Parts: sequence; C-alpha cells; structure tokens
Amino acid sequence: MGRFLVNRVAQSAVLLVGVSVIGFALMHLAPGGPLAMYTLNPTVTAQDIQRVKVQFGLDQPVWVQYFKWAAGIFTGNWGYSFFGGQPVREVVFDRLPATFELMGSALCLSLLIGVAIGVLSAVKRGSLLDHATAVAAMVALSLPTFWFGLLAIFIFAQTLGWLPAGGNHSTDGGGFLDGLRHLILPVAVLALVLVAQWSRYTRSYLLEILNQDFIRTARAKGLRPSRVLVNHALRAALVPLITLGGLQLPLLVGGALVTETVFSWPGMGLLFVNALGSRDYPVLMAILMVGAFVVVLGNLIADILIALVDPRAKIAHV
Amino acid sequence: MFDSVVGTLPAVTPPRRHASRLFFRHRLAALGLVVIVALVLSAAFAPWLSPYNPDDLDMANRYAPPLSAGHLLGSDDLGRDVLTRLMYAGQVSLSVGVAAMAVTVIVGFAIGAFAAYLGGWIDVALMRVTDTMLCFPSVFLLLFVAAFVTPSLASISLMIGLTCWMELARVIYGQIRVLRSADFVAAARMVGAPAWRIILRQILPNVMAPILVAATLNTANAILLESYISFLGYGIQPPQASWGNMLTNAQSDFLVDPWLALMPGLAITLAVTSFNFIGDGLRDALDPKMSRR
Repeated sequence: MGRFLVNRVAQSAVLLVGVSVIGFALMHLAPGGPLAMYTLNPTVTAQDIQRVKVQFGLDQPVWVQYFKWAAGIFTGNWGYSFFGGQPVREVVFDRLPATFELMGSALCLSLLIGVAIGVLSAVKRGSLLDHATAVAAMVALSLPTFWFGLLAIFIFAQTLGWLPAGGNHSTDGGGFLDGLRHLILPVAVLALVLVAQWSRYTRSYLLEILNQDFIRTARAKGLRPSRVLVNHALRAALVPLITLGGLQLPLLVGGALVTETVFSWPGMGLLFVNALGSRDYPVLMAILMVGAFVVVLGNLIADILIALVDPRAKIAHV
Repeated sequence: MFDSVVGTLPAVTPPRRHASRLFFRHRLAALGLVVIVALVLSAAFAPWLSPYNPDDLDMANRYAPPLSAGHLLGSDDLGRDVLTRLMYAGQVSLSVGVAAMAVTVIVGFAIGAFAAYLGGWIDVALMRVTDTMLCFPSVFLLLFVAAFVTPSLASISLMIGLTCWMELARVIYGQIRVLRSADFVAAARMVGAPAWRIILRQILPNVMAPILVAATLNTANAILLESYISFLGYGIQPPQASWGNMLTNAQSDFLVDPWLALMPGLAITLAVTSFNFIGDGLRDALDPKMSRR
C-alpha cells in the first residue's frame, strides 16, 4: 500500500504542475496579455498600465512570473486581485465553504437516489419503470442546467412562492432551516444530471454482474434475493461506482459554476463568473487551480478507496 | 438436394444493413434522427420558410403571445418573431455543434492514434497532456479562454472542440494499442507504408464505430456548452441569435413573458436529447458487445 500511495500522490502532483503550466500559458496567450481589456478603457493611460504592470510583476518574463506565482502558492501568497487588491487567497477561501456545501449535498443526494433507481431498473429490467427512467435520465442529461434552474426558480420561487429564489441565507440572518430552504432548489438542479449518470451506470454495472457465475451460485445456495443483491452484486459493483464518483467531479465542479450563477449562490463558481467580467486574472487562475485540485484530489481518493476495496487495483497502478 | 439445403439456411444480412436495422429498432434513436433532420431543414431553409427577417423590429407588437396573429410562437421584447429567430439561431447553434465536434474528432483521433501507434516518448508526452487537460472542469476552462477571445462562430467552435477532445483521445488510444499488433497492421508496415498511411488506411476504418458514437455525443455536448457560454455573454453576440443567447434575459423574461424564456430552452433540450438518443442507438447498433442486450 505504501508504494502505491507514494506513486499515486506523485502522479497527482505532476498533474497539478501540468495544470498550472497550461493555465498560466493560456492567461499569457491572451492577445495583449492579462491587462488587454484595460487598454481599451479611455480613462486608463499608458502610464497607468505600465505602473500596474510593474506593481503586479507583469513586466517580467513569463517564466519568472510563473515561478514567483508557484512559489507563492506554497507560501500562502496567492497574489492580489486586480480589482480591490484583496489577497486572492482570502477572496477564494471565503467562497469555498458555500461551494463545498452545494457540491457535497448534491453528490450525496444524487448518490442515494441515483443508485436506488439504477438498482431498481436493473432488477426490474425491461419493465415500464426501467424504460421510463432510461428516457428520463437521457432528457436530464440533455437539459441546459442554467435554463432548468431558471425554470425551477420561476415555478417554485416566483409563481408558487414556496422556496427562496437565490442566495444561501435570508438577509436577516436566518438559521439552519433557513439555510436548508435556500439549499433545496440549487441542490436539486445540480443533482439532476448526477442522478441520471448514477442510475444509468449502476444499472449497466449491475446487469453485467447479475449475469455472472458467482451470482448464480449464490442464488443456487438458496440465499434470499435481497441478500444476493446487496451482499454479492452491489459489493461487486462498488469498484466501478467509486471510479464513477471520481470521474463525475469535473461535471460536478462545472455544474456548480452554472448553478451558482443562476441561484446567486455565493460560492467559487459565482466568484469565477464575476472575475471573468472584470478579467481579474489572479482570481481566475486561483479558482482554476482550486477546481483542478478538487478533481485531482477526488480521483486520488477514488483510487485509494478502490485499492482498499480491491487489492488487485494496486498492482495495475504501480 | 442442393436447393433444399440452401432453403433451410437462415438469410444472412450484410453487417452494415444489420447495423442500420439495429439502429432503427432503437425507436427513440430513430425519432431523434427525424427531429434532427427537421431541425436542420428548418434552420437551413429559414429564409424561405419564414416571412420575417430575424432582426426586424416591430415595437407595436412586443411580447405577443404564442399563436397570436402572424406570430406562431409569439414575439420578443423588441417585437421580433420568436419562431424565425429560433430557426436562424438553429443555424448558429447546430453549426457550432457540428464544427466543434469535427475539431474534437480530428484532434482526439490524431492525438490518441499517434500516441498509441508511435509509442515511446511521444506516447508519454501526448497522454500526459491528455490527463492534464482532463483535470480542468471543462466549463471553467472554456470560459477562461472565451473571456479573452473575440467571439465568432469559428472561434467558439474551435474553443469548444479544443476543450473536449480528451475522452475521445483516450478511447482511440486504448483501441489502437490493441490494433497495433494485429497482423494486417504488421503486414502494412512490412510493405513499407508510412505511419500516417497505416493509421488512416488500416486503423481508422477499424475504429470508426467508437468515433461515430463519440462524434454524436460530442455534438450534443457542444450544443450545450455553446448555450452556456452564450447565455453568460461570452459566446455568440447579439443581434445574431443563438439558442443560448436568446436566453440571456431569461430571468426577467420568465416574469414578463414566460413563453419567451421557455422556447429557446426547449429547442436546446430537443436538439441535445435527439443527438444523445442517436448516439445511444449507434452504440447499440455498432458495438458488438452491446448486441446481447
């Protein structure tokens, strides 16, 4: 396990270095550099641009900037926002809890509902329920998230008035229940796509497993069907399901961005979209890195879990 | 005697016809195909089908409801005919979807094929880049790039294509790693065919099935991504209509005139669902592993 762990952590670190290089290169590939937008503003003089360039170190060669930035990541100095000049790290870390609250709730909820639907449609294969969920899942995967979110706001917040339309708490504070009420709509919208994926994959994994000999053996032994399903079949489906959890993370993080924008949820995604409007590159770069970090870390955790569940996986990786 | 033997043999359908029969047995895929053909035709012939110009303003008839005189799906905040705009937006959104898919397929195939076929350090370098690109949540990466590129049909297609090729590259890579040691590839190498020729003439026909499936699903995904970035204002710019940017004001439209916010979203969902069903049907039809279902 030790060697496997070291290997996987090293791989993840290399990936993150690659991500930062690509991100940094993209930022500087922008025509005119990161400050291009400000040169269009007539109230900003060439001297102003030059001063800002020196202030933010943008006059130095790109590779020098990269190493300074990379060193800063480790020492906790993530640079300063082009707007307002607050430390990027504080700005981003302020928003992380809200994003994680949204993503975590959506992931847990979709896992429960999706796997349940998947198991049901695999067991009742060919039934009306199976066909209906297949079609529903396909439509769910095809909905534009932002539009579905706006539709949900229109129906449940504006027309029926059951739930708040946006934000993560009422202006007068609010308690736990108030937070929960704000969470329902965004989580439902974000979870929908994930439910569709979990249910489809669970169904196809289970169908594959239910055809195998050890399931037939278990049934032949006279075990109760529920026991065969839970103790034998679902246990065998654990590895591919954990893998799927890891693979879903980019979708989850990307979906959170769209959902946060629609519901004015004060998380990382909304910060990203706002920073995009003002071309606040230090903030954008930081969020891009945090997003990639979540994805890489998620895949690392998935691989470790798989190695714990299925020792054979360790050999394949080393 | 001979006749009776032939008579008892089951009729064997050629594999291609077999595949098309399997595809049409997937009723939703067939329906998807019909919907896409209808959408493409209505977009392509929009100038002849609609009496309106998509940019013609008519301030006297703002927010006309659907089925009102002269406006089948109503009119928008500037009195422009919604159905007409939807058809013209279809031209943009569908072209972006197909163009981005083409970029995805070309880049994904090239990278996957060369990495797998050439091996060595090229393999390591290309597949590490692929792994790295996969770590970015695609919406973040796309918006990051879209923010500083002048939006146009071509640039948006290119950006979407260049942020979506990684999964296809991995699929192709896996398939070709197996094919590389096949006898017919060895034979081609022995007669001295260059690598690019072997890849295009010997290997490509053998990986057509996964490419076709991935291409369809990628078109669906590209249409969705276009709508995201256009909705956020970094995609197709008004007054040119795309399904995504027709929803830019959806939040307020829902209050003023819900139909206005509903229609473009339905168009996106319809197109994307159809492409996804077609992809599903193609997978059933072309993937021999799935045919036991």
